[in-house]
Amino acid sequence: MSVLKVTGLTKNFGGLSAVSNVNMEIEQGELIGLIGPNGAGKTTLFNLLTGVYEPSEGTIELNVDGKMISIEGKKPYVISTLGVSRTFQNIRLFKELTVLDNVRIGMHQSVKTSVIGSILRTPGFYREEKMLEEKAYELLKIVHLDEHAEDLAKNLPYGKQRRLEIARALATNPKILFLDEPAAGMNPQETAELTELIHELKEHFHLTIILIEHDMSLVMSICERIYVLDYGRLIAKGNPQQIKSNKRVIEAYLGEDASC
Amino acid sequence: MKNWMKKENLLWLGLIVLSYAVLNILISAGIINNVYKTVLMTIGINIILAISLNLIIGITGQFSLGHAGFMIIGAYSCGVMLKSFVSGVPGVFLGIIAGMVISAFVALVVAIPTLRLRGDYLAIATLGFGEIIRIVILNMKITNGAAGLILPKAVSWHMIFWAVVICTIVVVNFGRSAHGRACISVREDEIAAEAMGINTTQYKILAFVLGAMIASVAGALYAGAFYVIKPDMFTYSKSIDILVLVVFGGMGSITGSFISSTLVSLLNTVLQQFSSVRMIVYGLALVVIMVFRPSGLLGRKELTFSGLLKVLKKGKGAAQ
Amino acid sequence: MTQFLQQMINGLSLGSIYALVALGYTMVYGIIKLINFAHGDIYMLGAYIGFIVTTKLGLGFFPALVISMAGCALIGVTIERIAYKPLRNATRITALITAIGVSYFLEAGTQRVMGAGVQTFPNVLANETIMFGDVRISTQQIVIFSVTIVLMVALTFLVNKTKVGRAMRAVSVDPDAARLMGVNVDATISFTFAIGSALAGAAGVLVGLYYNSINPLMGMLPGIKAFIAAVFGGIGIIPGAMLGGFFIGVVETLVAGYWSSLWKDAVVYLILIVILIVKPAGLLGKNVKEKV
Repeated sequence: MSVLKVTGLTKNFGGLSAVSNVNMEIEQGELIGLIGPNGAGKTTLFNLLTGVYEPSEGTIELNVDGKMISIEGKKPYVISTLGVSRTFQNIRLFKELTVLDNVRIGMHQSVKTSVIGSILRTPGFYREEKMLEEKAYELLKIVHLDEHAEDLAKNLPYGKQRRLEIARALATNPKILFLDEPAAGMNPQETAELTELIHELKEHFHLTIILIEHDMSLVMSICERIYVLDYGRLIAKGNPQQIKSNKRVIEAYLGEDASC
Repeated sequence: MKNWMKKENLLWLGLIVLSYAVLNILISAGIINNVYKTVLMTIGINIILAISLNLIIGITGQFSLGHAGFMIIGAYSCGVMLKSFVSGVPGVFLGIIAGMVISAFVALVVAIPTLRLRGDYLAIATLGFGEIIRIVILNMKITNGAAGLILPKAVSWHMIFWAVVICTIVVVNFGRSAHGRACISVREDEIAAEAMGINTTQYKILAFVLGAMIASVAGALYAGAFYVIKPDMFTYSKSIDILVLVVFGGMGSITGSFISSTLVSLLNTVLQQFSSVRMIVYGLALVVIMVFRPSGLLGRKELTFSGLLKVLKKGKGAAQ
Repeated sequence: MTQFLQQMINGLSLGSIYALVALGYTMVYGIIKLINFAHGDIYMLGAYIGFIVTTKLGLGFFPALVISMAGCALIGVTIERIAYKPLRNATRITALITAIGVSYFLEAGTQRVMGAGVQTFPNVLANETIMFGDVRISTQQIVIFSVTIVLMVALTFLVNKTKVGRAMRAVSVDPDAARLMGVNVDATISFTFAIGSALAGAAGVLVGLYYNSINPLMGMLPGIKAFIAAVFGGIGIIPGAMLGGFFIGVVETLVAGYWSSLWKDAVVYLILIVILIVKPAGLLGKNVKEKV
């Protein structure tokens, strides 16, 4: 059963096609890698799929409770409530807030207490706050950040900030998780831990994960299928073995001379 | 955890009751005379204005320079009510309610188009809206145009005291709830907030409308307490005065707004005879604060009893 | 028709003044993304310098214009060095609040030194009325219009054809890259302030001549309207500021002439809000989106 189906997706900026005619079909529970040289349009594709940009052409369909519905042109927060969450290439945490609050904000869609109820401090408010806090701690434990719950997000070291972004994304209770260069700036030890974590999360939350990554060892070791973008076009797809030996992929990465 | 929170709340309650009692004693003993009582009332009104703008600027990060527009709506709602319909305390209450309803509606009309703008553009657009509101009131018949309204005194310092308490509780409780956190996330990073499922537009509008309603309460109390209201008392300079209170105390800090409103109101009283000196001091203070301490007196920190306890403990620890 | 033409002429005269002030706003915003709230007060200071030079020193119109421009340039640079330079890397809002502080300081300072009341600006140019059919044009209007056009042509030449103009354009696109290419960024920013302030100073003298009265708060409203003019044309774009200035001047005069002067300010604010909502980059600007 496919959870995400992309057909003929195109995004033009001025006269430039950042993404052109991309087709993808992703099955429930897959772990997909999205790779390509710098400027190939990977992040733009993520921004299209999460609603930050509106596509120029094409459709994006998402499986919501067994029905495929179109989400192109919908606002990011709507798409988020439909079960899509993400992290950002250039970490976008709520820096001045605590680690705990970052995760609690991620759980916002589940909040039931009204504004009036919050101002009047109804018993329901206290119950819900307690529940949010407990759930947030659970998530923080999974990404090994529970000890930092009261720290400000901006004071975390880089690797932990990336993990916090993942925890915050999970707090929205997603079915599909987009990770934009989760290992960027990490040392090999941290990358190994992250690889482990991604596996755990996928099993624990029954997630479909799509990740952009430049660290090929990570991509090749965990991704079941890989899509390759170059100049906004999909130039290859397949399992790691197929991608490694794909001539067009090698050309794209090394330039045309290398293939001769 | 819950019990501990209750303890902090009880301490605040104690402080409120204590301040009320002390003020009552000082006034009945004549230590606070009528001049100081006026200052006290000004401080209260300024606190309400400052925290209401702080909700918009400090907590939600939306820069508004049109706050005087909502104060004037409150002032004239109450003024017209007292003058033409119901006098005395009931008139004030009805005026406050009318002001809140009208300013909520106007704030909605202002917010929906302008809150798409960012930063300095939003500031100028809200300034424009604030001035338009003022010019509309200036051109109305029932408001008596540029001459303004002369009103009987209908608001006592008791009313202002409790209005400060209620408005503060509303803002603080809102700020410390899931909805308040959503507003803060808008301030911190709009794109990330959207991606986390937060309808950022809705929260910006919510904070703006709530802030506008509270500002109109301050305006209504002002009309009932200070005899005269005129449209030219509520130009964008007034919005800037309110902004100064928020910036000086620290954008995002409610206790900071309390401190700055008190200090600035006192300073204004001292410098009342020298209005140009006052403005020079104002101007220099703004520049100096922005250059050397852009986060204001308290930054985003709050003065709390638990914070005080922590400091005391630390002090003890250091002494041993 | 006669009345319309008359209003247009009056509107263009007022618009010339807005345009001159708007140029300073737009140049400063273009280069350091600051809404220089104090810019309207520089214009007020220009009027006061002109007033002092003509009444105390007894000089004529053109010396007053030049001295006022030079004085305002100096004041503008001083303000930039003291108040704005330390905030280069601060948020735009911090810078805006600082500019508001500077504005308060200049207004209150002038009130303190020159008195809060209105002063009469001397008639340093013979004012004759020329009739074109039934339409009246005063020599003052002709002077205002000509001075504005000359200054605009000079500015356009400066920005587009000289080395320092190229530096200004480079810094406005990317200050860091400009620095790497050997542009003295600080000097360029100061120079921009100097030019913008000099234009405001000229506008101050012209307005003193036109209305015959000046006061320390005269810069507040025209300052905001000039800013609106800059936004209307597309902030950061020099021809946009000129266009916006004339447009706002004409609209204001028409509203006052055909409807009510009580509503003219409200209409200008409404124009601002409409343009910000419909095309925030302004009439001549391009929209840009934040990169994620």
